[in-house]
Amino acid sequence: MAFTFYINLAYLIGAIAFVWGLRQLSSPDTARRGNILAALGMSVAIIATMLMPLSSAPNNYAWIFGSMALGGVIGLVSARRVQMTAMPQMVSIFNGLGGATAVVLAIGELLPYYSGATALNSGERLIVLLALLIGGVAFTGSMLAFGKLQGLVNDSKVTFRGHNIFNLVLLAATIIMGGWLVMGGTTPGLIIALVFTALTLVYGFSFVAPIGGADMPVVISLLNSFTGLSAAAAGLVYNNKIMLVGGILVGASGTILTVLMCEAMNRSLTNVLIGGFGTSAAAGGAKGSGDQVVKEVGITDAAIQLFYSGSVMVVPGYGLAVAQAQKVAKELDDLLSANGVEVRYAIHPVAGRMPGHMNVLLAEADVPYPKLLDLEEANAALPSTDVVVVVGANDVVNPAAQDDPSSPIYGMPVLEVWKAKNVIIMKRSMRTGYAGIQNPLFFHERSSMLFGDAKDSIGKLVQEVKNM
Amino acid sequence: MEGLYQYFSQESNLLLIYLLLFTIILGFEVISKVPTVLHTPLMSGANAISGVVIMGAILLIRQAQPDDYLTLSLGALGVTLGMVNVVGGFAVTDRMLEMFKKKKKQKS
Repeated sequence: MAFTFYINLAYLIGAIAFVWGLRQLSSPDTARRGNILAALGMSVAIIATMLMPLSSAPNNYAWIFGSMALGGVIGLVSARRVQMTAMPQMVSIFNGLGGATAVVLAIGELLPYYSGATALNSGERLIVLLALLIGGVAFTGSMLAFGKLQGLVNDSKVTFRGHNIFNLVLLAATIIMGGWLVMGGTTPGLIIALVFTALTLVYGFSFVAPIGGADMPVVISLLNSFTGLSAAAAGLVYNNKIMLVGGILVGASGTILTVLMCEAMNRSLTNVLIGGFGTSAAAGGAKGSGDQVVKEVGITDAAIQLFYSGSVMVVPGYGLAVAQAQKVAKELDDLLSANGVEVRYAIHPVAGRMPGHMNVLLAEADVPYPKLLDLEEANAALPSTDVVVVVGANDVVNPAAQDDPSSPIYGMPVLEVWKAKNVIIMKRSMRTGYAGIQNPLFFHERSSMLFGDAKDSIGKLVQEVKNM
Repeated sequence: MEGLYQYFSQESNLLLIYLLLFTIILGFEVISKVPTVLHTPLMSGANAISGVVIMGAILLIRQAQPDDYLTLSLGALGVTLGMVNVVGGFAVTDRMLEMFKKKKKQKS
């Protein structure tokens, strides 16, 4: 039938658009085109799915159009409104919704199976349950990640002693139950299938619970990859090639980012998941503070230092995002640059709460991206830099990563800001960073602290510099 | 076990497994060298693509009986969530990439 041919052709075009779009997304020059291409591929595939001939299907187009319009409007409005600083939260929510969709689909397959309306062989049951498991974990995991990023959930409130053991037991129970459902046919029944669903949802929540702060970029990447895999599993369920291709591509991109983030912290994935930070941080934090003194610097002095320097390196961290200070930072940059100061930015791969978080913020503030140096470039440039301004970053500039084997972050590649001539650290208080580790940088002879809200402090610096 | 055996003996399913394996390799090959600048847009763009699950939900609705409100509601929920993921994901990625593009012009 000629019509089926066109539908298949549309799916093929959609799949190629995904591959090519993602390829273009990984280069700055073509990224925007790549995204649009992938979106077009998606539209073609969705239209094909709507028109695809199905024998004696009631279609119910009204339901489809209604929910598409609703979802589309919600998606569009939230995408327009979201602040760039809140991008990690946004990505987490969208990601969770993808996982939730896979869960809904799997339940949609299981209900008629247990009521006897349809038949599934054990291979098909395996795939449906896999989509359910991965999608469920991605869903609740992403929602908790959102809660943590948004500051709604406090890490210590969702964890308890023996949490890792509990997680392992929970995972084992979930998998055993899944095995039973795969092997046992209709015998276990709908109730057990629903219990299994509940377990996957609880596991997703519980698995993200102990992971926080600086590990967030890893978790978000991992959850991203899970959502992709659940979509791929759903593609197997529906024997739909484009769902399979799209899902696997996302799974691959999420996995690559996860690996990159782990490398940037010099930790293995298991180490991140089991939550090495939380437990050993107390031991590492005990030393260091004691009798050492912190030097403070006032706004005027800091402004003078910056104004009369030859080169300035800004090290942004999550604090910059929290304070929404990216635009005032750019203003300061402009003022200093106009006076012949060379201003650049050092971006650590895990600065912020998601991969590339700082780059997006600075791009929003119109900082040209040749000014952004990555870890290696920045470390090469730091020894010849006059003033380093650390804005709300902590763990990524911690010298303990290099010289204190007892530190939980020992071995993590860091920005060697202490090699610069002067370091000004903007911080709200002397509290430890998100990882809960004391930072010897604060007591370094070349360091001075500028306490206060980052946006506020930089704003005052701008005023001071203007008056010079 | 019988069902598993059946599943993997079917030519069409086997082809699907091949497709799966090759796509995994292709995926890693295509995305392997992504610069830090693009980590966030890549992630949110990929995220939007994971919204392909919406097609499953569309098929679920299309095949449901018009009076089977449970399945219809599940499908509608799936389509709505999937659509938020797809539309929101692509839109937000475009918004981010637009900012990067401006920088490009300033540079040259």
